[in-house]
Amino acid sequence: MYKILVKEDLVPNIHLFKIEAPNVAKKAQAGQFVVIRIDERGERIPLTVADWDEKEGSVTIVVMEVGTTTCRLALLQAGDYIADFVGPLGLPTHIDNFGTVVCVAGGVGVAPIMTIARAVRREGNRVISILGARNKDLVFWEDELRSVSDQLIVTTDDGSYGRKGVVTEPLKELLESGGKVDRVIAIGPSIMMKYCSLTTRPFGVKTIVSLNPIMVDGTGMCGCCRVSVNGVTRFVCVDGPDFDGHQVDWDLLFARQCIYLDEEKSSLEQW
Amino acid sequence: MAKVNLNRVSMPRQDPKTRARNFNEVALGYSLEQAQEEASRCIQCPKHACVEGCPVEVDINGFIKAIGDGDMPEAVRILKSKNSLPGICGRVCPQETQCESTCSLVKKGAPIAIGRLERFVTDWEQANKSTELPTVQTTPTGKRVAVVGSGPAGLTAAADLAKFGHSVTLFEALHVAGGVLMYGIPEFRLPKEIVQGEVEYVTSLGVDLQLDSVVGKITTVDELLENGYQAVFLGTGAGLPIFLNIPGENLNGIYSANEFLTRVNLMKAYLFPEYDTPVKVGKRVAVIGGGNVAMDSARCTLRLGAEEVYIVYRRSEAEMPARREEVENAKEEGIEFKLLTNPKRFIGNEQNWVVGMECYEMELGEPDDSGRRRPVVKEGSAFIIDVDVVIVALGTTPNPLIASTTKGLETTRQGTLVMGEEATGKTVKPQVWAGGDVITGAATVISAMGAGKRAAADIDAYLRG
Repeated sequence: MYKILVKEDLVPNIHLFKIEAPNVAKKAQAGQFVVIRIDERGERIPLTVADWDEKEGSVTIVVMEVGTTTCRLALLQAGDYIADFVGPLGLPTHIDNFGTVVCVAGGVGVAPIMTIARAVRREGNRVISILGARNKDLVFWEDELRSVSDQLIVTTDDGSYGRKGVVTEPLKELLESGGKVDRVIAIGPSIMMKYCSLTTRPFGVKTIVSLNPIMVDGTGMCGCCRVSVNGVTRFVCVDGPDFDGHQVDWDLLFARQCIYLDEEKSSLEQW
Repeated sequence: MAKVNLNRVSMPRQDPKTRARNFNEVALGYSLEQAQEEASRCIQCPKHACVEGCPVEVDINGFIKAIGDGDMPEAVRILKSKNSLPGICGRVCPQETQCESTCSLVKKGAPIAIGRLERFVTDWEQANKSTELPTVQTTPTGKRVAVVGSGPAGLTAAADLAKFGHSVTLFEALHVAGGVLMYGIPEFRLPKEIVQGEVEYVTSLGVDLQLDSVVGKITTVDELLENGYQAVFLGTGAGLPIFLNIPGENLNGIYSANEFLTRVNLMKAYLFPEYDTPVKVGKRVAVIGGGNVAMDSARCTLRLGAEEVYIVYRRSEAEMPARREEVENAKEEGIEFKLLTNPKRFIGNEQNWVVGMECYEMELGEPDDSGRRRPVVKEGSAFIIDVDVVIVALGTTPNPLIASTTKGLETTRQGTLVMGEEATGKTVKPQVWAGGDVITGAATVISAMGAGKRAAADIDAYLRG
């Protein structure tokens, strides 16, 4: 059992949990994920780590309510326990001194992008971050992300905060402005990561995305998370989750994310 | 001398029609009377040839005699002194090629049903837990051993090492112990309660079980050796699924057997939505492969409501690696065998769901490296099978995680670990032993247990210097 040390509602449907997991905290690196299971009857779901504290022995995850597991998790409080917390899984994000790095975060992707922005900045990169949300009420960690960025751009779909529009617009402007961009790292909904990749492709800027397919074990055992990258089948859980966005077969990823839509819906209704 | 009784007591089983729709165990087990009748057939021959056929050298005639004498605690004691997982072995060991194949009565066509008797003893023990069993006396040695993987090899090694008096930590990546016994073999062939009963026995010996711990990620083998463990046993199995690598294999509805069985067995998808993990079955299912895992997958889909289930295998029935008994069970339940058939590509619809599978008819040519006749494509024989779900059960290879994160371990081209000494399970790295599927590639539960046992003995000898 793993204890919830802290729970914080970042926005109404996005919650932060600090979980007591000292062994995971010791090894976690930016870009890796954990697999959690709430209880005996729960499913195993992957979540990218949002932070960790080796001294405290804790690992932070940020969870958006989308299905049965995440909605049930949202009801738990500090002091409660979850059954399983496995990690750190997957390969860490490749961190190096690239020059200028644009970190693009959509929705709940702000959480994992924080650790990556922090790590690439520590390596001496100039970091420009773009934070996108549907509306003002869904923006969180703006100050935190600003603190690890040289420049921060906030967008909302409805213009209720920051500039109106989607993240690809400022991304495109940055690329067109002639300022040197050496790498783009995008984390968020798959559709956002796809369009970020399409935006950067004509400019030939390497674009790293963190894929989020359905997983079961998360250790390479089942192949549920297989994706096609540069025409080759890869397992996101062990070969990723980071891949070159220009090489990902996005349509296959979208299709495979929909396998259990009916069951997800009925499970949520039943619950 | 009394006349030898050649009437093997048959195993009571659920009716095929009924069982094909439920997940309860197929074989129901002997009653005491049936067990004693079967035990009475044993002629207690002086050669004890059956013991030679057992990879873990159970005193078979001894426990059979105890059943005959009605001394069940003694039967349990004898069985468990060599075999820490008898309830599992009694169900899934291929006795017909092991102990029962060397039984003195095999020449007369009626070997003692050793597996069924073994199962009876453990069922009796589970049902009579209050009975006081002889405890294992050990003197702590103060030595620490890490066992990685809690499948058959790891559980056996951990139990034996604990019995030798060593302090054992057993690391498991998943949320329950048992490895393939939990995620792979279905409930109707090996009830999970039985597996957990045996895991409890192993932990009762003092083994410290660490779940949710992926060695290679949360810690490494080298770190274990630096942090006070004097020896490490790797029983990490063969967990990576092999795919066909033909067009369309990533369509929705195409599963590896590992994924399908993990969803059904480990995550209990057959109880969805009571349990949260779903699985797709559809009406027409094709399972590709001819081993036990293929049979298990096919029989699960029937139980989940599939209407037509095919085993698609590229050779003929004679070459099938599955146990005879499992093939018969599958047939009885209504699974259709499409033999000498090999998939060429999968066909999908607009939503990326598999709807068909184009196959070739095959014919058998000259024997290949495995000694089995090589299947060759019949020209112009391509045809399409309509399917909603496909399960690829072509075998597995070891997960590269440990080998790639441990200094000094070597792997073969098949991904198995290179051994320093086959007989003892020593790898090429000092202080590290290994056994089971990680060495052999996918094989049987009992061969993994045998390897765990031999390695435990060698580790013990090493630790005692």
